[in-house]
Amino acid sequence: MIEFQNVSYAYEGTRPVVDGLSFTIREGEAVGLIGANGAGKSTVLKLLVGLISGTGQIQVDNLPVNRQNLPSIRQKTGFVLQDSDNQMFMPTVYEDMMFGPRNYGLSMEEAEQRVDAVLDRLGLRELKHRYNHKISGGEKRMAAIAAILAMEPKVILMDEPSTALDPVNRRTVINTINSLGQTKLIASHDLDMILDTCRRVILLSHGKIAADGQTEDILRDKALLEANRLELPLCLQGPPRPI
Amino acid sequence: MDRLSRARSGLREMDALAAGGSPIHRLHPLSKLLVTVLYIVTVTSFPKYELSGLTVMVLYPVLLLQISQIPVSHCFYRLRFVLPLVCAVGLANPFLDRAVLLTLGRIPVTGGVVSMVTLMMKGTFSLLASFVLIAATPIDQLCAALRSIHVPGILATLLLLTYRYIGLMLGEAAAMAQAYQLRAPNQRGLHISAWGSFLGQLLLRSMDRAEELYGSMLLRGFHGEFFYVDVPRLKAADLVYTAACAAAFFCARRFNIPSLLGSLFVR
Repeated sequence: MIEFQNVSYAYEGTRPVVDGLSFTIREGEAVGLIGANGAGKSTVLKLLVGLISGTGQIQVDNLPVNRQNLPSIRQKTGFVLQDSDNQMFMPTVYEDMMFGPRNYGLSMEEAEQRVDAVLDRLGLRELKHRYNHKISGGEKRMAAIAAILAMEPKVILMDEPSTALDPVNRRTVINTINSLGQTKLIASHDLDMILDTCRRVILLSHGKIAADGQTEDILRDKALLEANRLELPLCLQGPPRPI
Repeated sequence: MDRLSRARSGLREMDALAAGGSPIHRLHPLSKLLVTVLYIVTVTSFPKYELSGLTVMVLYPVLLLQISQIPVSHCFYRLRFVLPLVCAVGLANPFLDRAVLLTLGRIPVTGGVVSMVTLMMKGTFSLLASFVLIAATPIDQLCAALRSIHVPGILATLLLLTYRYIGLMLGEAAAMAQAYQLRAPNQRGLHISAWGSFLGQLLLRSMDRAEELYGSMLLRGFHGEFFYVDVPRLKAADLVYTAACAAAFFCARRFNIPSLLGSLFVR
């Protein structure tokens, strides 16, 4: 479904943020992309949808990521941004959810049916006509996910989906992610969430793959994580020390 | 709350007002836009000494404010900076046109004074009508109305995104000002030495956010043309409203209604 072959990218005048990256993600897989700040996680996601372009080959659903294929690739790919405020730019949740389907040529009726179906599925009906600036951070994150799902993407990309969420909202987002059958690539520092949502993990360090394997194996490897400026997930750190 | 935050919440208040459910809100945006344009054209077409004929035109914004349940105080509060400017336009007239046009009791009133008041009224009425249009119509619907009369898509999109972008910039500026004030508690406002870096940072941050937003739009298939979703259909009531307003404006312009009414009581 997703294939990176020797992909590199550098911002102007800096060393490569992504350096000769190669990996493949199969259809339906849920993959966590972890790494310290500046490891290249967000850059990988942006490369995948053509928001930036580097060297090497990237394919999504057998389509090479190039200018010509971008509309098709973006239609197949839903990208949940780190900051929901940057994603929810229409006044109401409903208008924001309609934005994608309408742009991809669905009629008003078809688009509305999709929006209603997604809202029902995620239990967000009461948000439909709410103003984006009047809903909480957790609701906004869920609405952002809903807006992406309304496009019925084959691949879902998420950049730090659990940032700035309280425990209950974080759990709601995790449950929602687990209920999605699409191919998922989730970039996050929240290793507990990655443990709950992904069966495979790619650990990035300075734009290169430091490890790629089963989530349990990588996230239990304290030495590997610490060598890459990460820590064991809280749930694997044992009982809390007495204060 | 600082001024920037107030300005931002002011924008949101306008959005909330525009989302109301009054009969005026429910009218088709194109109908409201056409009537407003027609009203402004009618008001500005009154001759400079036809003060009495012009007074009747105040009814339109007043009625609209009442029906659409937009608080009059809110309206004048929002226009508090623009109204004085509009009123100042005719201030030179009394000095330029000194011919006595009429006398009130023993007080002579010059043509300059009459034309100044007429100009002020024209400006105020036009502003009020425009305000009611904006306050009773969401910006998306206005842009959709513009598109339906074949205003180029790029202009309508530009208008919509500019409106949204103002909110975005105000948000960034408010966050930065708050961060500044928290570390400069004894200062009033922003020290002059910080203006340059503040504006530079504001520009960079706004550009970053705008780029993220644009990226998000591109990822959801945006290709330069907005699809406006919440636009009501054109109904018979909209046509009746437009026709009735047009007829009323024509009558008000053609006949001096206050003078006609006055002649019923005074010979």
